[in-house]
Amino acid sequence: MDSYLKYLGREAAFGRISRREFFGRAAVVGLTLPVATKLLTSSVLAAPQTGGHLKCGLEGGASTDVLDPAKCTSQVCFVTGRNWGDTLIESHPSSGEPVPSLAESWDASPDAKVWTFKIRKGVQFHNGKELTVDDVVATLKRHSDEASQSGALGVMKSVGEVKADGGNLVISLPEGNADLPLLLSDYHLVIQPGGGMDDPNAAIGTGPYKVASFEPGVRITFEKQANDWRSDRGYVDSIELVVINDATARTAALSSGQVHFVNRVDPKTVDLLKRAPHVTIENTPARGHYVFIMHCDKEPFASNDLRMALKYAMDRETMVEKILRGFGTVGNDFPINETYALFPEGLEQRSYDPDKAAFHFKKSGHDGAVLLRTSEVAFPGAVDAAVLYQESARKAGINIEIKREPGDGYWSNVWNAQPFCTSYWGGRATQDQMYSTAYHSKADWNDTKFFRPDFDKLLLEARAELDQAKRSEMYREMALMVRDEGGLILPMFNDFINAVTNKVEGYVHDIGNDMSNGYVATRVWLTA
Amino acid sequence: MPLAALLIQRLALSVLLMLAVSVVIFLGIEALPGDFAQTYLGQSATPQAVANIRQELGLDQPAVTRYFGWLGGVVQGDFGNSWASGSSVSRQIGLRLGNTLFLAFWAALVSVPLAISLGMLAVHYRGRWPDRLINVVSLGAISLPEFFVGYILILFVAVQGNWVTFPSTVYDGMSFGQRLEAIVLPCATLVLVVLAHMMRMTRAAILNVMSSPYVETAELKGLDTLRIIARHAAPNAVAPIITVVALNLAYLVVGVVVVEVVFVYPGMGQYMVDAVTVRDLPVVQACGLIFAAVYILLNMSADILAILANPRLRHPR
Repeated sequence: MDSYLKYLGREAAFGRISRREFFGRAAVVGLTLPVATKLLTSSVLAAPQTGGHLKCGLEGGASTDVLDPAKCTSQVCFVTGRNWGDTLIESHPSSGEPVPSLAESWDASPDAKVWTFKIRKGVQFHNGKELTVDDVVATLKRHSDEASQSGALGVMKSVGEVKADGGNLVISLPEGNADLPLLLSDYHLVIQPGGGMDDPNAAIGTGPYKVASFEPGVRITFEKQANDWRSDRGYVDSIELVVINDATARTAALSSGQVHFVNRVDPKTVDLLKRAPHVTIENTPARGHYVFIMHCDKEPFASNDLRMALKYAMDRETMVEKILRGFGTVGNDFPINETYALFPEGLEQRSYDPDKAAFHFKKSGHDGAVLLRTSEVAFPGAVDAAVLYQESARKAGINIEIKREPGDGYWSNVWNAQPFCTSYWGGRATQDQMYSTAYHSKADWNDTKFFRPDFDKLLLEARAELDQAKRSEMYREMALMVRDEGGLILPMFNDFINAVTNKVEGYVHDIGNDMSNGYVATRVWLTA
Repeated sequence: MPLAALLIQRLALSVLLMLAVSVVIFLGIEALPGDFAQTYLGQSATPQAVANIRQELGLDQPAVTRYFGWLGGVVQGDFGNSWASGSSVSRQIGLRLGNTLFLAFWAALVSVPLAISLGMLAVHYRGRWPDRLINVVSLGAISLPEFFVGYILILFVAVQGNWVTFPSTVYDGMSFGQRLEAIVLPCATLVLVVLAHMMRMTRAAILNVMSSPYVETAELKGLDTLRIIARHAAPNAVAPIITVVALNLAYLVVGVVVVEVVFVYPGMGQYMVDAVTVRDLPVVQACGLIFAAVYILLNMSADILAILANPRLRHPR
């Protein structure tokens, strides 16, 4: 009962259920109104407590990890970077809008080509040096250089000239980009003193925690930075990230209370974990999606009728239910969902329709089986998903032949190379970034081989458009093109599933990325 | 002296064997689909980024050149740097090997005496219920896959009982006592896994000797059975026991990847698996060589001990 009420209080506090609903449910379990009110206010107003040692058990760390934010790829590196460093801009946890961090404010020229960012004063790095605009310029320059092998190279390629102007950072773009602030929230772009040119692995930044020890693939510990420039974060005294790549071990560590937080809870066992009395599952709707991709330029997928047939043959609800165990939402064959700004509302949801699938299949003139390649590494449950798809397609008279590929080398030999396979995409900060990464004709990762000059043109126009209404209309048109003519079958968007123990308070659901957008350790606090 | 000659011969052979092992590992990694640049970058590989990494690491050179380049370093005691993290392989391996040996040492310290004494007990009570119990329990433990034994222990001892530390991660700055506490579960799992093999071999070897006439004499002298087993039968059964113990010790060092993963123990196995996943050749080679060396050395010492224990073997006919 206690934990149920606490759960209700928290749900109300985060706005997932209304106040009215909260009082209604509290009354059902026999709570009087004054007691319920007190409970609600205590949940809502629960002041963060400071102190304590937070332990997180994380999947996604290896002995090959490094501290250099440019080379950060794993989940553990992602959280590590968030702990010790800051980016210029952050994204708002629920709206996804850019919010100030090391950049206090910003302005754009009307064509969105010249941007001026005011850099915050009085911020110190861990080594005591004051943050200057030169550090910012040097950081951005380092990530623009091929030699840095930065994960943000794709973002920085679109950036023209970066320079300091008084206390301000001025970025001039060759082509207008209304989303520049959000692009600078990329987690690789952690501002380092001198840009991290001399020692990229020093892990000296402006974040709330200092790295105390670093054993790649094993354990990373952090201590609180005493004079952090922000007071709304960094509540615990010290943090320990333990790398636990085995899902069962992670679950066991959480249920035995040895760690406070785990990531990547397996949807298959989430119901069992829920039963543990002191564990709360924190799932956040997200932008990542599992996909079946067809090459629009290769036979037999060059026929849009065949592509439509295969899209209609997908039973999306079953996929969400069986593969994601309900921890996700159905997709509509374009890579954008409600969590993005300017999401095109009101597009008709494509659903499973064997008749339409059979109609288009017949019209395409294709004869015989369609070969689908898959592997467990494509996404968790990809092989099962392929079999489910085979079944739903069979009812439409389409014969899907499944070829199971080895996980080793899947990303170099199958994905982006073979005409029909399963894969996944993480989300991007903006619609523009998502489409530019994977749907522009010239994109390296155009994995559906979608070559459409009219789409490319629209993408560039929308990028520079500061008028939100016009921009919104362009994104709707682009969504329709991908949905009705592209090579993407997108059955589901997967939630981020994390779990905490009841000692942890203040978990923030952030649509930006997994683990509260990597900020989990800086945002939560521990209760006694 | 024949023993010294034998030792030198064996050592020379093992150097050749290690060379062969390094060639096999190198070829194996070459044969895997995708090279380091492709697998390290994974889904985010662009042709330009792959080319950059290849050039930086010299992956564009022919395989023969790369192999001898690596060999040249190793001969001078330099295992090179990890391609993925850029850190020194020798230093990393130093840490990891230390952890692996620590776990293996304690597992051996518990399992070897336990297995041998259980084997002797089984002989003593042969055919009666203690013999059967020892057999059934140890065979049961060896029949279950080690990750399953591990999960069972985690469930009952760590999650429900909350008696021991889990995960078993060990790190710098831990006291000796804390380290010992951390490895309780992985150590117990390993003991259960290797116990049956050694126990059964001890039992069989001693039983074999128990039917010889001199044991009968000892019995007729009126010695008690346990004393006969320990003082008269066991020394003559020691050769096969040493062999099986050596094999199991080698297993404790080189074969514990699964246990390391399940208990989140930072040993060599995990290090090597991480490296194989991204084709980090210097690390894989170094780990492979160390594993091979452990195997060869333990086998060699088993042979030598067997010769020492049995004077007849010292004079080959």
